[in-house]
Amino acid sequence: MGLGEFFTTKLDEAIGWARKYSIFQYPFVTACCGMEYMATACSHYDVDRFGAGLPRFSPRQADVLFVVGTISHKMAPVLRRIYDQMTEPKWVVAFGVCTCTGGFYDNYATVQGIDTILPVDVYIPGCPPRPESVLDGLMKLQEKIAVGRQRY
Amino acid sequence: MDGADILARLAARFGAAILETHAHHGDHTVVVDRVALADVLGFCRDDEDLAFDMLMDLTAVDYLTFPARENGPRFDVVYHLYSVPANHRLRIKVPLEEDDLVVPSAVPLWPIANWFEREVWDMFGIRFEGHPDLRRLLLYEEFVGHPLRKDYPVNRRQPLIGPTN
Repeated sequence: MGLGEFFTTKLDEAIGWARKYSIFQYPFVTACCGMEYMATACSHYDVDRFGAGLPRFSPRQADVLFVVGTISHKMAPVLRRIYDQMTEPKWVVAFGVCTCTGGFYDNYATVQGIDTILPVDVYIPGCPPRPESVLDGLMKLQEKIAVGRQRY
Repeated sequence: MDGADILARLAARFGAAILETHAHHGDHTVVVDRVALADVLGFCRDDEDLAFDMLMDLTAVDYLTFPARENGPRFDVVYHLYSVPANHRLRIKVPLEEDDLVVPSAVPLWPIANWFEREVWDMFGIRFEGHPDLRRLLLYEEFVGHPLRKDYPVNRRQPLIGPTN
């Protein structure tokens, strides 16, 4: 190990630290999970203390896509386009069982898990998940963001 | 008007085209032959005493697995009419055979029928002749099949569609 590698790993750690504590999420809310998302984001279970307090409602300005709520087949191309419009680095959180596996909507109209159309980083199960579960998922996402080589 | 009077008025006017009338649970219902349907609906709306100015609902029923109708027509299209000035209701049912699923559209009479008929087309596959824009309402265009029919398997998977660029 030379001195150059030392500096690049420290730089990776620093950038990872900065990225994980400044999450600009895009809350793609379609259904009931949105209520729990709002509860998590508001004052009681505050998500701002994790640095994730500013939702961006434009994919160009966001880095984490929170897919919150049931995604129907009709909505799936819209979701894919939003994901494609986000710039790197980007992560996806599947919030609620409808996005993880289709939930209890095992029918003709619901996408059986958004990982059929997007790469997902963190799955938060629950119908809807408790805010504590959401914060646990958010912390796991932060670990994922911070670790490893950062692309810049 | 009393429910029985409504049924009597329709039976007197249309005679043989009225296949059956009943009032199960107080819901006055008339079963109409498809040939006379456009006339019956027009008469219901335009007659001064009937005055059914509001189409409350337009839906369909699939009797494929219904025990009492194994040999009868497979589908029924159901219209629920309400009269605001006279405060009375009527249900009209039209039996349809499986190989001839066409019905005249109610859109010229009540514009609200537009989306109801699109939903029936989407879910059952019943065409409405004279509808200005008969396409799927709740499902995407590339969807194959009509899901609310009794023979649509509940766990059939549809192909995913992508962005349209």
